[in-house]
Formats: sequence, C-alpha cells, structure tokens
Amino acid sequence: MIRVEDLSVSFGHGAAAVHAVRGISFHVAAGESFGLVGESGSGKSTVLRALSGLNPDWSGRLEMAGQTLGRQRDKAFYKQVQMVFQDPYGSLHPRHTIDRILAEPIAIHGMDEADRRINRALDEVGLGPQFRYRYPHQLSGGQRQRVAVARALILEPKILLLDEPTSALDVSVQAEVLNLLRRLKTERDLTYILVSHNLAVVAHMCGRLAVMNHGAVVEEMSVAQLRAREPVHPYTQQLLTASLGYDRAAIDRFEDFAATA
Amino acid sequence: MTQNPLLAVEDLHVDFATPKGLVEAVRGVSFSLGREKLGIVGESGSGKSVTGRAILRLVRPPGRVRAKKLEFDGTDLLGIDERAMRQIRGRHISMVMQDPKFSLNPVMTVGRQIAEAYRISGKGARRETKRRALEMLEAVRIRDPERVYRAYPHEVSGGMGQRIMIAMMLIPNPDLLIADEPTSALDVTVQLQVLAILDDLVTQRGMGLIFISHDLNLVASFCDRVLIMYGGQVLEVCDAKRLNEAKHPYTRGLLDCLPRIETGSSADLPVLRRDPAWLDQGI
Amino acid sequence: MSSSAAATPNLPRRLKAWLLSDSPESVFHARCQRFYLGWRAFSTNPIAMIGLLIIVSLVLTAAFAPLLTQGNGTEQHLSDRLLAPSWGHWFGTDELGRDIYERIVWGARITLYIVGLVGILVVPIGLVIGTVAGYVGGWVDNVLMRFTDIFLAFPRLILALAFVSALGPGIENAVLAIALTTWSPYARLARAETITIRNSEYIMAARLQGASGLRILYGHIAPLCISSVIIRLTLDMAGIILTAAGLGFLGLGAQPPLPEWGAMISTGRQYLLDQWWVATIPGIAIFVVSLGFNLLGDGLRDVLDPKSGSAG
Repeated sequence: MIRVEDLSVSFGHGAAAVHAVRGISFHVAAGESFGLVGESGSGKSTVLRALSGLNPDWSGRLEMAGQTLGRQRDKAFYKQVQMVFQDPYGSLHPRHTIDRILAEPIAIHGMDEADRRINRALDEVGLGPQFRYRYPHQLSGGQRQRVAVARALILEPKILLLDEPTSALDVSVQAEVLNLLRRLKTERDLTYILVSHNLAVVAHMCGRLAVMNHGAVVEEMSVAQLRAREPVHPYTQQLLTASLGYDRAAIDRFEDFAATA
Repeated sequence: MTQNPLLAVEDLHVDFATPKGLVEAVRGVSFSLGREKLGIVGESGSGKSVTGRAILRLVRPPGRVRAKKLEFDGTDLLGIDERAMRQIRGRHISMVMQDPKFSLNPVMTVGRQIAEAYRISGKGARRETKRRALEMLEAVRIRDPERVYRAYPHEVSGGMGQRIMIAMMLIPNPDLLIADEPTSALDVTVQLQVLAILDDLVTQRGMGLIFISHDLNLVASFCDRVLIMYGGQVLEVCDAKRLNEAKHPYTRGLLDCLPRIETGSSADLPVLRRDPAWLDQGI
Repeated sequence: MSSSAAATPNLPRRLKAWLLSDSPESVFHARCQRFYLGWRAFSTNPIAMIGLLIIVSLVLTAAFAPLLTQGNGTEQHLSDRLLAPSWGHWFGTDELGRDIYERIVWGARITLYIVGLVGILVVPIGLVIGTVAGYVGGWVDNVLMRFTDIFLAFPRLILALAFVSALGPGIENAVLAIALTTWSPYARLARAETITIRNSEYIMAARLQGASGLRILYGHIAPLCISSVIIRLTLDMAGIILTAAGLGFLGLGAQPPLPEWGAMISTGRQYLLDQWWVATIPGIAIFVVSLGFNLLGDGLRDVLDPKSGSAG
C-alpha cells in the first residue's frame, strides 16, 4: 500500500544543511499498522511530512496505493490520505467552531449531506451533538484530539498518518483515544503509520515498527520480536530499557548514539 | 521521619474566581515531607502544579491560598510578608519548571543567569561567583562548562537547558526543591539522565524533593513516596515500591490503562471510568 | 450560578444562562457567547468604558443631530457675531453668527463620516495586501512590500496635501488622500501576523484537506489578523481625525459652510485672543473624540490580544 524508497530530506544548504532524513526505506501493507519510533530529531515526523505532501523538498521514491507520488498533491490524494497531528491545542483553528472545522473538508470536496456527515463523525469519535458549536478552547485535550480524528476521517480516507497523536494527552485519555483509533481501523479497514517516541504505545497499536535515530532507520522488527527482547541494535535496547522507568544502574550505561554516515 | 518535617501542609485550599464562578483548584490537600523524594502524580486539572506553586506563594490574584498549616522548617509560610517570602524562595525552596525554553532568559548568557542566581542567594563571596557557577555546571554533568557558561539558552539542547535550570536552582543550596514536570519536554533517555543527576544531588545534599508529574511509572520508579491527586484532592499516598498494591480505584485505573510492551496488543486498554464519588474521597 | 453577577444585575436569568451555557446550539448562539464573554472582560476596564462612552456619545450625537439642534449649523445671523457662551448659545457664536454648539453637533456627522470611510477603505486593502504577501512569500511578498514601503515613506500630511491638490478640495478627496497614506502599516501588521500563523498546524491541516490558498487566506488567516488590525485602527483614529482637521484647517478638506471641526479652528484662529471659544471649542471636541478612540483601542487590545497579558 505504501512504499518508501531511499527517502532523504534536508533543510538548509551547504555546510549548515541539516539532513533530517537520510535515505530510509520501508513499506506498509494494506490494512497494516506500522510504527515509526524515535526520539526528537530522529526525523520520524519529517517522514510523515514528506509523505503527506506538506514538505515538497524530498528526494527518493514514494508510492501510495500503487501510484508514484510527485512533489505536489491533488485533492484526490487528500481523499485517500489524512493526518492527525500531535498537538490538540494547535491543530484546530482557534476561531472556528467544531461545526465549521468538520464542515470545511466536506465543502472543499463538494460532498453532500454535510449535516448528516458531521453528526455521524462526531458520533463515531464519541462526542455528542452538544460539542458541535463549541470553540476549541472550550474542549479538553482529549476532546480536541477526537475532533482532529473526526476531521481526518470525514473524508473517508484509506490511509491515516498519525504524528504522536496521544503524546500531549493524559494517560487515561490516551487509552480512550488509542482504543478509538483501533476500533476505527478495524471498522473501516484503514492503514496506519503511527509515529511516536513511546515504545509502549507503538507496541500496543502496531504490528511492525522501525526504529529511527538521527535520520536513519536503525532497525526494523515486528512487535512480537520487540516483546521477546530480540532487537539486536544497542540503540533499540537502550530505548527499551529507558521505557521501563528509572533504573539508576542502567542509566549509567546509557550511550550517546551519534549520527553515523 | 524526622521530628520536624521539612514541609508540613495541612488542609491547603486554592481558589480562583472566574466569570463562570469559583474554581477550586486545590481542595484540602495535606501531606508532610522530610528529606526524601516525594512524587505528586495527577492528570491535568488535578491541581498538582497549583499545589507546587502555592507552597512557594506564587499563586497570583485572583487566586487565593489558604491552609490550616503551611510550614517550612518551622516557619509559617502563610504568615510572613512578601519580603520574607522572597528570602525563602530561591535560597531555601527552589523550583524547576517544565520547559527550559520558557524559563531561561533568552537574552542573557547561561553563565550570567547562574551567576545572578548565586549572587541573589547571598550565600557566598562575590569573587567566588564564576567558580561556583562552573562547579555547578560540572555537578550537572555538563562536559564543557566554560563553553556553556558563555553560551545563550537557544544554543543548547533541551536536555542541557534543563540541567542548566537545575544548576541555577541548586546553586544556592536550598533545602527543598520543587520540580514541576522537569523532564516532560525531554526525550526518554535524556529524561532519565537528568533525573539521575537530580537523584545524586538530592542525596548528596540531603535535600527534600517534590516531584510533580503526570507519569505514574516514572514517579514510582524514581521517588520514595507517591501522592495521587485527583480533582484538587489527594486520593492516596503510598510507598513508591508498593504502588502495585495501591487500593484506590483511581490509582488502579491509572495503572491499568497504561499500554505496556509486555502485554499482548489484542485487547483494548482498560478505560478509566471516573466515579463522581472520588471527588469527595480526599484524604 | 455565579457570584460575579454584579456586572449585569438586570439581565434576566434565562438570558444569562443561555449566554453562559456550555453547549451552544447554533453558530449564532456560539458567536453571542463569545461576544458576551468578551464584553464582560472589556467592561471590567473602567478606562476602556470611558472610551466606549465617548464614542457612543459621538455616534448618538451624529445620529440624533436633527433632534439635538434647531438648525443645521449653517444659518448666519450677522447681528449675533462672536457672542460669548451663554444660555442662548451654549458654545457661543462664530464670526458669521452661527451657533457653535449646533456646528459641533452637525460636525460630529462629518467626523464620523471621514473616520468611517477611511476605516472601510484602509482595513480591507491592508488585510488583502498583507495576508497575500505573508502567505505567498517569495517575489510576490517582495513586490507588495516595496509597494507598501513607497506609501510608508511619505509623511502623511504632505502626501495627503499632494493628493488633495491634485484631486481638488472636498471631503471625499480628503478621505481618499488620508486613506492612501494610512493603509501601509496595516499591510505590514497583517503580513507579520500571517507569517506567524502560516506555519501553524491548523493551517497545515487545512492544506491537507486540499483547501486552496484563497480559502486559507480568507477563512483561516484573515480572521486571526482582524483583531490586531481593528485595534490598530482605533488607535489610529486620533491621527486620522487630526489629519482631516489639518486638511480642513488648510481649507483642503470639507468646504464652507460645512461645519467640519478642523475648518472651524482654521477660521476661528483669527479670533483666538479675544473670542477664544470659536477655535477652542472645536479643538476640545477633536481632543475628546481622539482620546475616546485611544482609550477604546487600548481596552480592545487588552481583551482581544492574548499576548498582552491580561487575557492570559
């Protein structure tokens, strides 16, 4: 369904250029949930930006649903692929009501029955009609993120790019949103690429994952392998150890994995 | 537990007047702290950050703080005037906040800010300032203290910024450090490294530490005791090592709804059902 | 429900509940709520309320001018020239025996007319140029900003003089001249705001839905720029009134016998020493209205601009 080959993204020029992504490759089958794990600066979000067309400066080859992607994307693409952002406080326009936020994609794509679609979208993400005319600042973080998911799904895409969708949420709200995402995936037979720094979230949501560090893929494995502690690369092992909590002795052994060529 | 606890809080209340009515952010929180690491865990809106600020009397009007007792090392914090409180802030009680981007002055070099913190504390000779600042930077494991001393906050990474923040707050050698989500903005490995530094410093200097966070696992593995807050009240206190034996359904719910690598991914995460009765179960 | 009901003690309970409810039922309801909350924040500021009072008085005076006066401020009674303020003539009379009070009241209409027209011209032009420049960037940004710079470089009154001299005297031409010299800072302001906003995630989300640039500019970016532009406009009003007065003073704005305040000062200045009221009263009127706009603008900024601190 999704094929990334030798993707590279750089910012800036010459000596000061930052190579955010260095020639990575992976593919995702239809109906799969694929995780991209890494710390900040690893380039994982940049990959999503290149895939979604938000960032047109990339090199390599990108394929989605059999079609090679160019620099620009058209409306038909956006009907297939949508994105949910990390920050629930930043991804909704502060001056638009929820109704307006959900009606906009419908209007842009000339879809009919806006009213029914909006009500259904709110219903599917577990928000009642009383939220329809509120402003984002009147909603909690979890509720905003649900609206973001509703907005992404109102166009009925097949592929969802999730950029740390629950990192800014409380733990109990995270559980609800993750459950929601899983349910929607099964119901609509979606394909997910989930970017996160949290190994536990990725292990729960995904079937396969790739670990990124400094723009390169360090290791790729299935979640079953992760669980069985099979990962070989020391960086992945370090991430695993760190995700278990504070362990003074283990921390002393942490290394700094600098970028390799 | 020492006879005279470092910090004694009894029935702390913090209210805010808003157009929609009175908002009670903290409703009767009580705890005491010795020279140990105490974690305060809660979700957003639980009142944990407000509690931290209330201790330092950093809650501005229209917020109102009142308590039966708010004593630091024998001194009644609510009874003294602002001047006396300023003497306590920084020198005896310090606070480290979440994002060094927002808590470090962007137009002053790092060295100058640390030096300023040192001079204000008035605890040492003036000519010692730079030496002490460099010493402090080394204590937080910054490898090239001279370079960082001359650098500006935007030139250092997030993890380093937070370590600088810790250096600044610890240079006056306070007795109590309040850390409000000090590592939430950092990567997980850097988070743990910063906490290790904090751990060492707290142990070496015999300080008390209040560690406020939303991350239950982190707090449980790092602190000695844990306070669980919900709706402005403390629902449960337990030893960090025995968190798994926690009794209150909210604590259990929080523990259960965390995704874990070990468990299979087929089942949905158990969802926390909030019982309105919890709002009256503060201890 | 709320202990702070003191702000509007007469509002019926149901209306209050409707305005403060958590779940608006329509777009109209939602907008009313936002307005109400903004109003409450605004009304806690006494200085801003004074400003609002002044401006509302100005508007009401202009609207009800026929009810507040007997004539229309242009009847001359040469036998009653230069009378001091008295019960018969509250502000005295000018050199042609016209009642100054009446001229001030009717002059309010002219002031409002000038200020309103300039506002209607300046805000859209500034917004369009600024947002397009900020969003598109590149050479379009450069060209538009250089164009803006040209107008910015001229001293306002001089440029207005030049335009009026070319176009001929009269209110409409004065308005045009003032508008041409006033729009540039608004374009800069809108551009600065747009540059800040354009990388926000909600704009990215809009792009990801396939929204065209026009839709984003008009529906997403412009609404966010409007508050700062409006605030700037109210703070600029004083300057606009003074420029119009200056043009009027030079005989290039409203033509006699129209009771434009600036022109009144101009003709009254010969009598300044002995019959001070002829020039001073219109001067006070200009001062009060300018002050009113300034205070209103400050109050609006405190409510609308989240960065200024009080709105949090």
